[in-house]
Amino acid sequence: MLKTRVIPVLLLREGALVKTTKFNKYKYIGDPCNTVRIFNELEVDELILLDILATRRRIKPDLKLLSEIASECFMPLTFGGGIKSIMDIKEILNIGYEKVAINSHAVEDRLFVSEAVAKYGSQCIIGSIDIKRNIWKKHKVYITDGTYRTKLDPVEWAIELEQLGCGELLVTSIDRDGTWEGYDLDLIKRISSVVNIPVIANGGAGKTSDIGDVVKKADASAVGLGSMVVYQKKGMGVLVNFPDKIVLEKELMSY
Amino acid sequence: MIVIVDYGIGNPGSILNMIKKIGISDCIVSSDFKDIENASKLILPGVGAFDNAMSNLIDGEFLPILNKKVIEQRAICLGICLGMQMLFERSEEGKLEGLGWINGEVVKFKFDKDEEQLRIPHMGWNIVKRKQETPFLSNMYDESRFYFVHSYHVECTDAESVIMTTEYGYEFIVGVKKDHIYGVQFHPEKSHKFGKKLLENFCKL
Repeated sequence: MLKTRVIPVLLLREGALVKTTKFNKYKYIGDPCNTVRIFNELEVDELILLDILATRRRIKPDLKLLSEIASECFMPLTFGGGIKSIMDIKEILNIGYEKVAINSHAVEDRLFVSEAVAKYGSQCIIGSIDIKRNIWKKHKVYITDGTYRTKLDPVEWAIELEQLGCGELLVTSIDRDGTWEGYDLDLIKRISSVVNIPVIANGGAGKTSDIGDVVKKADASAVGLGSMVVYQKKGMGVLVNFPDKIVLEKELMSY
Repeated sequence: MIVIVDYGIGNPGSILNMIKKIGISDCIVSSDFKDIENASKLILPGVGAFDNAMSNLIDGEFLPILNKKVIEQRAICLGICLGMQMLFERSEEGKLEGLGWINGEVVKFKFDKDEEQLRIPHMGWNIVKRKQETPFLSNMYDESRFYFVHSYHVECTDAESVIMTTEYGYEFIVGVKKDHIYGVQFHPEKSHKFGKKLLENFCKL
């Protein structure tokens, strides 16, 4: 039986790991290499690293740092942030990453996504979608680290990303990010029910039952964890950790 | 010297990282025929589409040197993921012929109508079953789990080539061995201590 993947989602900002709340309030977590080494020792399923400033500042991926991180990482590894060209993808894959997450540039240039898929295969390209509710509670797609609102509807965009060939979707709720309030089940359910590719639910996890909920009630294939794996508890200090495997298995077992 | 064949497809960097971690320094990623010629062992990586990878091997004129090394000189070889699928004769995914070093073919996941329709690709961690005792699989951890990502899997003509299986909807082959030629469907280089053990075993063969 295939295990649900439980994936720490780590945020890079100017070479440091940070954690955000609703895509704001950057709190320093630590050195990315050390942190990844700890996750490696904890034998986590997979890691996603996102450079949250890259698109806004138009900076290229820091290959030296990313390559240092990858050399400590013996699990599947995804990088996202500022990826705009086939060359960017090639360089990231060469240094030991399996997948890239494409977000803003997919909106700007849809053909880029299909081109990347044709070249490297679906399994390599994650379509990343950041979503915020507007004042009428309607979900809208945001890009450039949540700073620019598009006209796209998240469900329609998810379908389009699947059609463009993405092998997975990373669906992040900006409203829930860093809140410990649980995933946006309604949002995840609406997307997972219309696509056939795996959906990684992200944003809001605060306890293991949140993971069980989004898998059982919203049919997420995998889950991203942020605050939970870098803080001791809500409102407390930094502690790189991972939910107890037995507790997790129990939580996911009835699924 | 172990040579990870770089024919423009796959993740040679990750494999090299893991082999370095094992403590083997005599391993390189190379597309140079001279290096391949001098190799004691070859690793054939690969992700993506079958024809795409095969045409890279063909266009890069890798076939003669690989056949010479592996078939004539019997160099120990490990195919990983798509690299394993290419060891076979053909694939439902493409039109090009495979390397044909192991008898059998590559087929798409098919779930019976009355069975649960699982998502494809088979992506994530899964526990494998050992089907044979062989040095390549020695001292493996109990409940060894590995990272998979694939939409097609192999079917062997010869049952004795099967060394590992796993289950996704049904049981299928994820590890093969024919004489000195090995293949694994999963990514040992991305499977923590479980994959490390396996690659360590491969390095010792």
